[in-house]
Amino acid sequence: MKSIGKYFIFLGVTFTNHGSFSTYYKLFIDECVQIGLSSIVIVSIVSAFIGAVTTIQTAYNLVSPLIPRYVIAQVVRDMTILELAPSITAIVFAGKVGSNIASELGTMRITEQIDALEVMGINSASYLVLPKILATFVMYPLLVILAAFLSIFGGYWAGIVSGVISPADYIYGIKFELIEFTVTFAMIKSFVFAFLISSISSYKGYFTSGGALEVGKASTSAVTNSVIAVLCADYLLAQLFLN
Amino acid sequence: MIRIENISKSFGNKVILNNISGVFRRGITNMIIGASGTGKSVLIKCMVGLVEPDEGYVYYGDRDFTHADRAGRIEIRREIGMLFQGGALFDSKNVEENVKFPLDQLTDMPEDEKLDRVNFVLERVDLTGVNKKMPAELSGGMKKRVGIARAIVNSSKYLFCDEPNSGLDPVTSIRIDNLIKEITEEYNITTIVVSHDMNSVMEIGEYVMFMYEGRKIWEGSKENIMEAVEEELNDFIFANKMMQIVREKSSL
Repeated sequence: MKSIGKYFIFLGVTFTNHGSFSTYYKLFIDECVQIGLSSIVIVSIVSAFIGAVTTIQTAYNLVSPLIPRYVIAQVVRDMTILELAPSITAIVFAGKVGSNIASELGTMRITEQIDALEVMGINSASYLVLPKILATFVMYPLLVILAAFLSIFGGYWAGIVSGVISPADYIYGIKFELIEFTVTFAMIKSFVFAFLISSISSYKGYFTSGGALEVGKASTSAVTNSVIAVLCADYLLAQLFLN
Repeated sequence: MIRIENISKSFGNKVILNNISGVFRRGITNMIIGASGTGKSVLIKCMVGLVEPDEGYVYYGDRDFTHADRAGRIEIRREIGMLFQGGALFDSKNVEENVKFPLDQLTDMPEDEKLDRVNFVLERVDLTGVNKKMPAELSGGMKKRVGIARAIVNSSKYLFCDEPNSGLDPVTSIRIDNLIKEITEEYNITTIVVSHDMNSVMEIGEYVMFMYEGRKIWEGSKENIMEAVEEELNDFIFANKMMQIVREKSSL
């Protein structure tokens, strides 16, 4: 409970007493590059393969001749948009970006760089963390959109190569009875997950104390806590919006 | 001038600072000395607000820092420069960006004026031609000098130095000590140096406060420290062979 309280106080300090727009603009752009662009490759690889695997496994499970083949594409589409793109990307993102944020801030803490900012009269939480949260908030939904497209494309490619579905059936299935709210829901999840991963990882890094060993622990803890928070939020959002 | 009154601090049941008071005057090098773990660094962290004391007051001139609101603290902190033990340079910025950082954040100075000021302070600490080097490319002594340059670039009125000689060879240590003393006198600022190095004390210690197990045991100047009768202080001063030889020779 103490940690949760400390986390909310940390968020309060981060979002208040911040500097001018010009101070944050360059930091925000730098973070967008570091957080977003550097994650494109890993997110692309993971999502394309997940889409491919989903297609093959769905086809494997559809043994009844009464079920049309385009259902495979429909399943891939709904699984990708509703769950795989936002959630699997979140887990990959927490592993890559979350650990990076925690270790960067942790190292700054143990080498007194954060203290140096404080002594200068700068709100270190806001200066270091706010650009990271805002950049994640902007870049993560874009990564989820990319992941969704690549996952569906990966499914298409795997279906064609393995011969479990024809291109026409796949494209028909992708378009068939699309509920537009699923896309909106995926975007809502993206924003929530982006906030959780960036803020929890920043919190873990910011309050690191000790030495190199503790920085490693903070990094691991940032990933595990972010993933748990994402999964809990995933369930709660599903209950809230889909039930 | 900085005045501290009855500063106490505990972490859990462990008392780190026990009712410490003192006055650190402007234009001289004030030193807080003592063995490792006596609370020296915690004391200066209390003075700059990185650690909140449990009791007591810190005054910058007539301004009460301990009980100031956030705006009041920021105003005082903008007059403070601090040299940290490891330099605390920002890894992602080069030397010029590190030194310019307080000007970027705290002033509206035009860019060319900032660069002039950065070059001036870098020259003052005998570092020229290293503007574009990254902190990882610098030696320990150079990092300390960049740290000093960053601490004084904004015309600070108060300079805190936490173990400025740690990890440095004796020659570089003396160079850093003398630089701190020269800057203190040249800009007439209030400087507080935390150290456990007796060479530094004898080199620049104009006012010396000796701490032992969280308490202030002795205060005075480097001229009368050798005549102190306090056992804890004598154990500290004469812990090394060199000082023991000096004592033996002087008693003959």
